[in-house]
Amino acid sequence: MTLHENTRRAGADAAGEDATAGATVPVTLTVNREVRHLTLDPRTTLLDALREHLRLTGTKKGCDHGQCGACTVIVEGRRINSCLSLAVMHDGEAVTTIEGLGTPERLHPMQKAFVTHDGFQCGYCTPGQICSAVAVLAEIADGIPSHVTADLADVRFSDAEVRERMSGNICRCAAYPNIIAAIRAVAEGAA
Amino acid sequence: MRFDQPATTNPIDRGRVVGVPHDRIDGPAKVTGTAPYAYERHDAAPDAAYGWIVGSAIARGRITAIDTRAAEAAPGVLGVVTHENAGPLGKGRFNTAHLLGGPAIEHYDQALALVVAETLEQARDAAALVRIDCVAEEGRFDLAAGIDGAEVPGPFFGKDPDSAAGDFDAAFAAAPVKVDQTYTTPDHSHAMMEPHATTALWADGRLTLWTSNQMVAWTVGEVARTLNMPPENIRLVSPYVGGGFGAKLFLRADALMAALGARHVGRPVKVALARPQVPNNTVHRPATIQRVRIGADRNGVIDAIAHESWSGNLPGGNVEMAAMQTRLLYGGRNRLTRHRIAALDLPEGNSMRAPGEAVGMLALEVAMDELAEACGVDPVELRIRNDVAYDPEAGPDRPFSSRPFVDCLRRGAERFGWSRRNPTPGRVRDGRWLVGMGMAAAFRGNQMSRSAARVGVDGRGTVTVETDMTDIGTGTYTILAQTAAETLGVPLEAVRVHLGDSRFPVAAGSGGQWGANSAASGVYAACMTLREALAQKAGFNAGDAVFENGAIVAGNRSVPIADVAGREGVWVEDAIEFGDLDKTYAQGTFGAHFCEVGVDAYTGEIRVRRMVGAFAAGRILNPKSARNQIIGAMTMGVGAALMEELVVDTRHGYFVNHDLAEYHVPVHADIPDQDVLFIEELDDKSSPLKAKGVGELGICGAGAAVANAVHNACGVRIRAYPLTLDKVLRGLGAVT
Repeated sequence: MTLHENTRRAGADAAGEDATAGATVPVTLTVNREVRHLTLDPRTTLLDALREHLRLTGTKKGCDHGQCGACTVIVEGRRINSCLSLAVMHDGEAVTTIEGLGTPERLHPMQKAFVTHDGFQCGYCTPGQICSAVAVLAEIADGIPSHVTADLADVRFSDAEVRERMSGNICRCAAYPNIIAAIRAVAEGAA
Repeated sequence: MRFDQPATTNPIDRGRVVGVPHDRIDGPAKVTGTAPYAYERHDAAPDAAYGWIVGSAIARGRITAIDTRAAEAAPGVLGVVTHENAGPLGKGRFNTAHLLGGPAIEHYDQALALVVAETLEQARDAAALVRIDCVAEEGRFDLAAGIDGAEVPGPFFGKDPDSAAGDFDAAFAAAPVKVDQTYTTPDHSHAMMEPHATTALWADGRLTLWTSNQMVAWTVGEVARTLNMPPENIRLVSPYVGGGFGAKLFLRADALMAALGARHVGRPVKVALARPQVPNNTVHRPATIQRVRIGADRNGVIDAIAHESWSGNLPGGNVEMAAMQTRLLYGGRNRLTRHRIAALDLPEGNSMRAPGEAVGMLALEVAMDELAEACGVDPVELRIRNDVAYDPEAGPDRPFSSRPFVDCLRRGAERFGWSRRNPTPGRVRDGRWLVGMGMAAAFRGNQMSRSAARVGVDGRGTVTVETDMTDIGTGTYTILAQTAAETLGVPLEAVRVHLGDSRFPVAAGSGGQWGANSAASGVYAACMTLREALAQKAGFNAGDAVFENGAIVAGNRSVPIADVAGREGVWVEDAIEFGDLDKTYAQGTFGAHFCEVGVDAYTGEIRVRRMVGAFAAGRILNPKSARNQIIGAMTMGVGAALMEELVVDTRHGYFVNHDLAEYHVPVHADIPDQDVLFIEELDDKSSPLKAKGVGELGICGAGAAVANAVHNACGVRIRAYPLTLDKVLRGLGAVT
């Protein structure tokens, strides 16, 4: 069956299996303020380095294609989809994951607000939502505009700004209004 | 505990813990990322190897040859499982297609092989080296082309596919006002955030599966049937489920292939479906074609109502029961419902959140809007005029247990400001936006299912609840803790809840919105039995004893339950068993959706501006988590109305848009504030808790309210979901 065969052959050629056999590279990441030395297959995404090698499974894999935001972490102060970059691209950089924000005993204000405002159901998108939310408030504070910012010289918090900026983080359970309420509470210092 | 008489006053009525909007007790674990999901069990299986599924690239045919040599020679590969070396496999009762294909191929992306390697990267790379030669056969992929040959399906969960009362044809022919329209809904994907995932471990012939599954006991049975092994040698653990919506009701390929892979390589193996595999490898909500006919008098009072629905599935698969709500929701002496099923060779169709009603209401409630327009009766008033206190097919001898439908309509309308709606479409303008208001009823049947729990108290007064019930985001951990705390008179903080382990008593599981009411009733039953055991041990008459503030109290004697439990503790197990009150009485959950939309007059873009819903679902066990269930379901209704559609390639037989970039679901920017109002209701015929389900009610009718608002905004009536802007523009052209 040609369709199938062609697909598989193309995959095999592109992978260049001999070239990647056994090759590893050293990578140093500062994760949640701790220096971590890793030896990785260069194909390892930042997401899999966190989840499978450092066993920091708080960061979630929802799609592995940058479509859902569940893997959002903060790298060098900016949020990224950790599934969309390779770990080697971040050699020497600082990464903050959900585990670095707080613990069940000492919740970060955003984590606390998500509990208070019931900003989740199944919990699988939640670490990504929270990392994104923390970074969104920093973006607004830094004056970085978004698609819905009316005056580029005057970037300030609004529900519309947050809805726009959080739209890369899908919540299929759809606790959206509760997530907005949680972020608003933190922005207003009420959490 | 048997529940076959209406509930009387019981400890739950105290309402000190149950009914209070407590924060979720699993919240701190979820917001810190410390709640372990199925693929994250480094604690239990630290040496797990990685499996990658190779799916079929054709929809229907046969494998002629499999060559795994290149894959097996690739770096890090530990083994490859195919039908040739998997050993004899049975098939689960809930599976239509085999989870491991070959030599016959039953649908696109059916699992044909699993590559197991030391690392994920190695497994994924080697999967591309598995060469599978196959011969494709003609398939049937187009529902519209298949309905001529559609057949009468078998009963679905005991429900007959056809029903009738009176003489529909004659009454419809004679009706002064008629609606006769056909509506279509496309295939939908659950698109839960956590793809199906499992970690499998074999030890001494016994299998442990850490998996993401809604129905623990069902799935243990399915694993046993598929692997031809005794169920007692299978342990299934599913404490956290990253969304399900029906996608994880059954055994799926991740769990089977992980088990086969782990057996093959002699090591634990974990498998997660890649996101693009989810829609075609697993299950989806089948597309429907629905014809609704309503005959009414000039005041809108219905005399004849018929709802027929066609859907497709693999041979042997279930029909989508889209006409079920039409049997119960509105009055009318002459009635007819009919379901037909066409054989298709698309991936397997199965339950998705509110199977039947979710798409049935998309048709029925737009038909009601069309009837309101045809009669010149307000849509809210039309539904009030057609309210019925009993099962309209069975007659007054089968009354509803409770039906505050009119309250939902009136109070929802008032909260929304429905009286400000202009009934003439296309008359309200806000800049470039045409603004409209729409409404629809919400209805979902109430189902109950046997549910057991084990409850114990220790010498420190800590209460522990164990049941194989699952929490798929529904708030189960919290409501079960609330139920135990209320029944035993202890603070919520004194209760620990352990879920989702097949070593615990069998609960109702999460599906069909039966979970909360059934499982909490099971915990209540166990707690009442524990009260008896504790009272007896302390020398109280259980009937006289009051459990409060952590103590058993009768007269002027009070003994802390911690002291009664002592060092060894006291444990009991019990179950709730439901009698036939759901046969004597029709039981349902009700509501009313209200929605305001803007339609861009130039581009046809639709934006939801606000949503209000009023709902009645018996005692609301936790208003905070229940509201979350409702808004989430309303949002899924918005998705069904405006964007969700698995696009079928009718040549090659698969869903083309099989990831989250192409299968659109609502995101933050799509959803405004949502206002939810719960109507006070205690249904004493539903359970000892007088509660009902709430997890699916919110989706039923939500999309129809959006569609009706679009019509009110711009005058375009779209009967083919989703209401994408190309369809709006086509209509707008004719209107303006």
